[in-house]
Amino acid sequence: MADGMDPTLDQFRAETREWLEENCPPSMRTPQTEDEVVWGGRGEKFKNPESKLWLERMASKGWTAPTWPKAYGGGGLSKEENQILQQELKRIKARVALNSFGLWMLGPVLLEYANEEQKQKFLPDIVQGKIRWCQGYSEPGAGSDLAGLQTKCEDKGDHWLVNGQKVWTSYADQADWIFCLVRTDTSTKHEGISFLLFDMQSEGVEARPIKLISGSSPFCETFFNDVKVPKDQLVGRLNGGWEIAKRLLQYERSNISASGFGGERTGIPPIYEIAKKYVGTDAEGHLLDNDLRMRLSDLVMSEKAFKLTVARMAEQSKAGEEVGHTASIIKYAAAKFNQYKTEMTVETLGYQGLGWEGEGFSEMELHAPKAMLRAKANSIEGGTSEVNLNVIAKRVLGLKEHKG
Amino acid sequence: MTFVLTEEQGMLKDAARDFVSEQLSLTHFRAQRNAGANGKDPESWAAMAEMGWYGVLIPESYGGSEFGYVGLGQVLEAQGRTLAASPLLQTALVGVSALVLGGSDAQKETVLPKIAEGKLTTALAVDEHAHHAPTQIAMTAVADGGGFKLSGKKTFVSNGHFADLFIVAARTSGKPGDTSGITLFMVPRDTDGLKVTELNTLDYHGAANLEFDGVVVPAADVLGSVDAGWDILDPVMDRARIGLAAEMLGLCEAAFEMTHEYLQTRKQFGQLIGSFQSLQHRAAIMFSEMELTRSCVAAALDALDAGRDDVAEMASLAKAKASSLAHLMTNETIQIHGGIGMTDEHDAGFFIKRARVLESLFGGEGFHRERYATLIGF
Repeated sequence: MADGMDPTLDQFRAETREWLEENCPPSMRTPQTEDEVVWGGRGEKFKNPESKLWLERMASKGWTAPTWPKAYGGGGLSKEENQILQQELKRIKARVALNSFGLWMLGPVLLEYANEEQKQKFLPDIVQGKIRWCQGYSEPGAGSDLAGLQTKCEDKGDHWLVNGQKVWTSYADQADWIFCLVRTDTSTKHEGISFLLFDMQSEGVEARPIKLISGSSPFCETFFNDVKVPKDQLVGRLNGGWEIAKRLLQYERSNISASGFGGERTGIPPIYEIAKKYVGTDAEGHLLDNDLRMRLSDLVMSEKAFKLTVARMAEQSKAGEEVGHTASIIKYAAAKFNQYKTEMTVETLGYQGLGWEGEGFSEMELHAPKAMLRAKANSIEGGTSEVNLNVIAKRVLGLKEHKG
Repeated sequence: MTFVLTEEQGMLKDAARDFVSEQLSLTHFRAQRNAGANGKDPESWAAMAEMGWYGVLIPESYGGSEFGYVGLGQVLEAQGRTLAASPLLQTALVGVSALVLGGSDAQKETVLPKIAEGKLTTALAVDEHAHHAPTQIAMTAVADGGGFKLSGKKTFVSNGHFADLFIVAARTSGKPGDTSGITLFMVPRDTDGLKVTELNTLDYHGAANLEFDGVVVPAADVLGSVDAGWDILDPVMDRARIGLAAEMLGLCEAAFEMTHEYLQTRKQFGQLIGSFQSLQHRAAIMFSEMELTRSCVAAALDALDAGRDDVAEMASLAKAKASSLAHLMTNETIQIHGGIGMTDEHDAGFFIKRARVLESLFGGEGFHRERYATLIGF
């Protein structure tokens, strides 16, 4: 319903605006800095005390998960009300109170597949940011071919026994619990997978951070050695985990699309403004390096084309047109574009884009090469670009499988 | 931003596609080429007038339907699919826009109803050298009695070999490079002192070079204000660019469909060539690039209908992206077809030939990268 046409919604907007005015702390209306991002969980330090306050206040309204039912701690808002909330948050430039795999990925599938007891047990803690979750999907032998996973889960009567290894587990070293794909039947592939939840503090769990070329360690290798898991922590049907796994991936991808692509930072000027400073301009305000100018123009146009396409897909989907095939196209284009952009940023900064740490470089300058290196993963993670092109060729274009 | 067509726009799109596939097929295009028509196809154009397509942008009071740019874009996209030669872009889009934006009531009254009926075609004459460079206009228009005397030349005027009425950009003051000092004139084809040389072009659509040797134009045929023609010319060229982008999108769709079909029928090594991963990936890339360009074209047409203030940026974006896509698509079409794609007997050659012309008209990718950077402010 259009704004202003429903008196109840107008009232909701007014109340929301008033509540945010009173409850959003001043520093939570300034651009987010990387070290103040709140992920919640047992180990959350809240570098800025107002982040804690903001999370508590938002969670008390259930507005960290605005559309989840109130019975599980959510906000119980309608789609229209949530839209208004998001608009009002954006209006005051409020920071995201809680970043969480629990909110983005696990919660939605628990609402759909978990039993009542599990919902009561896990959802409120997600809303309040008390438990930080990680995603146990990829394994050393199961990357693009995820359903080939081998982590063994045996029924020991009064508990499950888990043995195996996960890799590329995001923030496993900082997470409290894991949602994990395990093999409960070795005689079949997709139908032998189950969806299991367990505490990362369980005996036999070890997470080792992997140091990446960008210098950061957002991922871990995660080992499970005779980990005992209570029987009531398996979600859905035994051997019915693949369906849940795929549904969760949909939430993951839509979240990636909604939040832009890795490395999008607030408060950074457009690349051509950076270029003016580092390359210089002529009397007409044009970059002195004309070759760079032309390529930056192409970059800015490509960004526009990408954003327009995301908007077009969203609108067509809303209008009921079939756009299921477009997720792979968006994913492919996003990876390509983000790599293009981060490479161009490094090039634009010249020598100042070639620092690693310490003096002589600004924070933005040091970030650039790391973002460029980080972006190399865009065409690998969540389905490689090659897999995406396979998907487009086979599912969208209907091209046949190669024989032999 | 609106990306979803209204029901009426969808109907126009369907009608245009049906018409094009029945009456303006590639077979028809080939027959025209073989007959040496050089892009002149009056019979088909009369049928287009029957469909009401010349009047899509013309106000109802002048005999049109005032249906809007998104609507006309659907027709241009459809005609791009079969590379059809028609006056739609130069007349129904460019000529009509010039009159609607800059024409006096009397001028509109004289010209627009004739266009709507399909009885008058127009062509915009801007460029004077080997590249699109609209600010570089050097052709002079000197005040003379109650009118102007035009001297100079125009090159590669699309539709110029048959248009009834030229819209000519000439310089009444200033020097090449200035945007001020340009004035637009309406000059009928048969005016004394105007020499039209018909060109046989790569795409078999034809064009013309024009020479003006003291051509006398009455003041009543000045379009817009003297010295301020750029204010009309620039937005009119943007409409042309967006229209060309829509036409190129249609061309790319059809080239892709032809290639897609070939991938699914041609066998080598005992397999469909479409089962080879190297070709699958290239097809997937072509398709993805087409989806990105489609968004730009749709957004640009929408910007025109909505009267948004970013039309110039959107025009350069759409033209640059569509030119780049057409280049990729037509090259890959030939490569994926292999030897057969090199033969005149196959249609692949028609696509690459038409694409190269469309890419360069009103500025290619390089021109629009430069323009986009300037518009954005670097």
